[in-house]
Order: sequence, then structure tokens, then C-alpha cells
Amino acid sequence: MADRQYELVYILPPETTEQQVTDLHQQVEGVVSKMHGQIEKTENWGRKKLAYEIGHNKEGVYVLDVINGTGELMKELDRRLRVMDQVIRHMVVRVDEEKKVVDRTRTKRQSESERRRVKRGLPPTRQPGEGRSHDMDDTEDDRFDGVEV
Amino acid sequence: MPFGQGRSGGGGGRGKSGDKKTGEKGQGQRRTLFRRRKVCKFCADKIDDINYKDVKLIGPFVPERGKILPRRISGTCAMHQRKLQTAIKRARQIALIPYVTD
Repeated sequence: MADRQYELVYILPPETTEQQVTDLHQQVEGVVSKMHGQIEKTENWGRKKLAYEIGHNKEGVYVLDVINGTGELMKELDRRLRVMDQVIRHMVVRVDEEKKVVDRTRTKRQSESERRRVKRGLPPTRQPGEGRSHDMDDTEDDRFDGVEV
Repeated sequence: MPFGQGRSGGGGGRGKSGDKKTGEKGQGQRRTLFRRRKVCKFCADKIDDINYKDVKLIGPFVPERGKILPRRISGTCAMHQRKLQTAIKRARQIALIPYVTD
């Protein structure tokens, strides 16, 4: 069975050092490689303010891992992260299917617009300085961009 | 002819004529109380992916109190409201967006 793609986000207390972050990342990597998965991408968002307090912490260090692997792997990872007390919050989200849908709609829209443009006798992609400017300010007003009472 | 007349006045055109009535009534009010036409932001901007990590995108749909802004106010279409809802709930889990604020 093809591997699924997951996103793992975990939050560490603000006082954790770089060393501790890399240590934990290595632990995660160890579990992933042991269960025949792979880490596709790692992002360190750094210290961010939390929207609400988690165990008296007002800030946290966010780390995001994009992992290709099986459900068992994520289950194990989830269990381990739950046990670790240096992780104040974590979340696992499956992303491959949503990604597929997004890609599909994007390519569909693109090919559709290209088809239309070709039918109108235009080059398939938008040329610089072409149209849009007049209806731009029209839609700008309609769009929702804040609380409306 | 009488058939046509009956139609426009009676049951067949009921919904339509009702709409018209409120529309006409509303137009007088609309001048004083301006309402802009509500359009789904995600459809208009062609945003396919409503991601929980993108607080800038989600933020305007979570007002002060922390509740999810209803569709009738934001004008978001049903599909995108559903996606927005899951994104907001995920963002809440990792403390990017508050559950409640008093």
C-alpha cells in the first residue's frame, strides 16, 4: 500500500534550547525510520505566542514535520509524544488526500481557462498588462475582509 | 391568455412574486442602509487550499470572541465554510487561534 502523508505539529515550552529541539527531532526521526517511514520536510517556526495558555506557558516553540508513512507509524509517534513531558501539545493531520483534491482543482481550473482562452484566439496564459484592472476594484469591495454587523 | 394571467398572479409565480415584493421594499431601505453584495472570499480569490497553518487567511473569520463567523455574515459558500471550519478547529488545537476569549 502506498504511504500516506501526514503532518505532525508539536509545541515545546519557550525555554527549550536549540539542542533540545534537535534532540527531540532526532528521536522523532528515529521512530520514523524504524517504522520504514521518511521525513519529507521539517519546519521550525520558532517561538510563537500561544492563543491560550497551555500549562502556564504563554509562548511555545513550534515544529512541523511532514512525514510519509503508515498509520501504524503515526499511531506510535502519537503515543510517544503523548508520553513525553517536554512536548506541551502535538497534533497529527493526514494531508495526502486533501492535497490531491487541491491539486486536481487547481490543474482543472488552469486547463479550463487555457481552453477558453485558446477558443477565444488568445495565447493560453495571461499576458502581462492584460485586463483585470477594471473589475479588480469592483470585486475588492464585495470581498469580505472583516466583521460586518 | 387567462391562463397566463392566472399563472403570473397565482400559485406558479408565488415564490418569484414574493421575492420581487421584498426586493422592491428593500430597495427603499437599501439607500439608507447600504449592504454590499456578499461574495465568498475563497471563490473570489480562487483559494483552493484552506490550511490550518495560515492564520492570516483564517483570522478574519474568527472575531474577537473566538467563535467561528457564520456564513450568513461572511458570505462564504457552503463548501468553503466547511473547509474553513475544519481549518479553524485544527488551528485551535495547536493554539494558533483561541477557543474562547472573554
